[in-house]
Amino acid sequence: MSANTPERAVEASNISKIYGSGNTEVKAMVNVSFTISKGEVVGLLGPSGSGKSTLLTAIGLINPPTSGQIRIGKDLVTDGPSAMADVRKFRRKHIGYVFQKANLIPFLTALENVQIALEINDVHHKEARKRAIALFEYLGIEERKDNLPHQLSGGQQQRVAVARSLANKPGLILADEPTAALDSFRGRQVMELFQKVAHEQGAGVLVVTHDHRSLDVFDRTFEMEDGTLKLKI
Amino acid sequence: MNLAIRDIRHSLPRFLLTAVGIGMLLMIVMGMSGIYRGLIEDALLLVDKIGADLWIVQHNTRGPFAEISRIPLKMEDRLRAVPGVRSARAFVSHTIQRERIGKPLRIVVQGLSWPEDKGEWIPMTDGRCLGAAHFEMIADKSLGFRPGEKIPLGKDIYTVVGLTRGMVGQGGDGIAFFTVRDAVAIQFDNSGEAVRLERDARRSRAVRQDIGNTHPELLNRAALPDIPALAGPMASAVIVQTGQGADIDKVAETISGWKDVSVHTAGNQRNFLLDGSVDKARRQIGLFRALLVIISAIIMSLILYTLTLDKIHDIAMLKLIGARNSVILGLIIQQAIILGGLGYILAFYSGKWIFPHFPRRVIVTGNDLVWLAVIVLAISVLSSLLGIWKAMSVQPNEVL
Repeated sequence: MSANTPERAVEASNISKIYGSGNTEVKAMVNVSFTISKGEVVGLLGPSGSGKSTLLTAIGLINPPTSGQIRIGKDLVTDGPSAMADVRKFRRKHIGYVFQKANLIPFLTALENVQIALEINDVHHKEARKRAIALFEYLGIEERKDNLPHQLSGGQQQRVAVARSLANKPGLILADEPTAALDSFRGRQVMELFQKVAHEQGAGVLVVTHDHRSLDVFDRTFEMEDGTLKLKI
Repeated sequence: MNLAIRDIRHSLPRFLLTAVGIGMLLMIVMGMSGIYRGLIEDALLLVDKIGADLWIVQHNTRGPFAEISRIPLKMEDRLRAVPGVRSARAFVSHTIQRERIGKPLRIVVQGLSWPEDKGEWIPMTDGRCLGAAHFEMIADKSLGFRPGEKIPLGKDIYTVVGLTRGMVGQGGDGIAFFTVRDAVAIQFDNSGEAVRLERDARRSRAVRQDIGNTHPELLNRAALPDIPALAGPMASAVIVQTGQGADIDKVAETISGWKDVSVHTAGNQRNFLLDGSVDKARRQIGLFRALLVIISAIIMSLILYTLTLDKIHDIAMLKLIGARNSVILGLIIQQAIILGGLGYILAFYSGKWIFPHFPRRVIVTGNDLVWLAVIVLAISVLSSLLGIWKAMSVQPNEVL
C-alpha cells in the first residue's frame, strides 16, 4: 500500500451467506465485495430483508459468511465459514458496535458501560476510568456519566453506546440502524458523531440505515437489494 | 470492575428478598441439623453426664434406655464388694405427667443414690445439691420451677433446692432429680382407695393360695400396711464407677459371671440408644435433612437460573464486545456465592433467635456450622451451573 492510499479498515471479497439447503435454501447475501478505508463513513441502505444486517454481522464476526474472505485492517479474519481462532479477542480490540437500541448494561452507569469495554480489553481500572471520562468529554455527555441508562434519553444512551464502541480505539465501527429509535434532531446528532469520530479518530464506519435524511454525512453510500450490493452512490 | 456487585446494587431489594428466602430455607436445613443433633444429645445426655463406667441391668436385657429393666436396690451392696468398684449407685428413671397452670407438664423423675450421690455432678445454675434424704429436688429450668418452690408429687411435697439447665430426657422433657427412695415413692404412688382395695385383694389371693392355708395367720395380717413385704424396692439399673487404675473389662467380666444381671459399658449404652430407641427418629430427621439440602440446591439453581435469564441480553452484549468467558462466569458464580453467603448469615442469625423458642433442644455445633458452610458453598457453585450453561450457550448475535 503506497503512502497516498488510505489505510484499509475492512475489505470484503465475494462474501455470500446461504441459509438452509435444497428447497429451503435462502441466499441472504451473494458475492458482496467492498472496501472501507479508515476515516471513511459509509452508509448502507436497503429495504428490510435485503441482507444489510447479514452483511453487518458477517463483517462484525458475529455470523460468519458461507463463502468469501473478510480482511479487517491487515488481518484475514474470515475465509469462507472458518473464522480466526480467537474471534472474541479480535472483536474487542478492533471492532466497535452500535445498534438500533443502545444495549447499555442496565446495572452499570453510563461511564461504567464504557469503562467495562476497556477493562475487558485489559486496561487497568483507573486508566479505563480516565479514558472513559475523556471520551465522555469528547462526545459532550460528561455531565451524564454517573447516570444509569434508564435515567438517560434515547439520544444520550446512543451517545454512550458510541462512546463504548470507540473505547478501544477500533479500526472499524459497525452501526446497525443507530438512529431508528431517535427523533430526527437526535438522529442527526448521532450521525454527525460518526462523521466526527471517523474523521478525527481515523476509524472506518459502516452505518446500516433506513434514514435518508442524513445521507450527506456519508462519504459513500451502498445499497443492498436481494442480498446483492447493487448500487453505489 | 465487579459486575456481580454492581448488578446486586442495581436490584438490591429484589436480591435481598431472594437472600432472605434462601436464608429461611438454609435456616430450616440448619434447624433440622440442630434438631437431629439435639435428639442425639438429649438421648445421650444422661449416659454421658452420669459418668458410669458400667451399667448393671436385669439379666438378658439391654438396660433402661432400651427396655424395661428391674433390678433390686440391694444390688448396690453386692457390687460395692467387687474388687475394682469405687462406687455403685441405683439408677431410677421414669417419666410422669402432671398438670401445672392448666397445662400438662412432663417430668423425667431421676433418682440419685443418696447419700453417695447428692447430685454434685449436675451443672447447677442456681441453688444447691440435695441436702436431705427426702423431699428435696433439683429441677431443670425447662420445667419452669423456681428455687424454693414446693411441688406436690404423690403424697409428698418436694422443695426445689437447685436448678440446672439443659438436662432433659430422651423425649426432651426436663429432668427433676430426687433421691432414689423419693423417685420410687413418686413412681409407685397409689391413692388411699387403691391401697385399701389392694389389702382386700391380698386376703382373697392368700385364701386361694397354698401359703394362705399353711400360714393362716397371714390372712389376719393381710390388711396391715406392711404385709406382705417380701419384695424389696427395685431400681432400673445400678451404675458402677471403677477405681483409679482398675481394669474395667476385668470388673465387667467378674460381674457378668453373675447369673441374675447383665453388664454393659457406657459405650454399649450409647450404642443401644443410637441404634435402638432414637435410631428411627434420627434416621428420619437425617433423611429429611438430606432432602432439604437437595431441595435447597434445586431452588437455588432455579433462582440463579432466573437471575441469569434476566441478564441474558446483557451477557450477549458482553460477549459481543469481547468479554472473556471468565468475566461472565465470575458474574454468575460471584452472585451465587454472595447469595449463598448472605443466606447463610441470615440463616445463622435468624436461627440463633428462633431456635431457643423451639420446644426441644436445637443444638447447632461449630462443626455443623462449618459443614453447612461447605455445603452452602458447594450448593452455590453447583446450582449456578444451570445459569452458567445458559450464559455460555447464548450467542452475541442475540443482541441484534
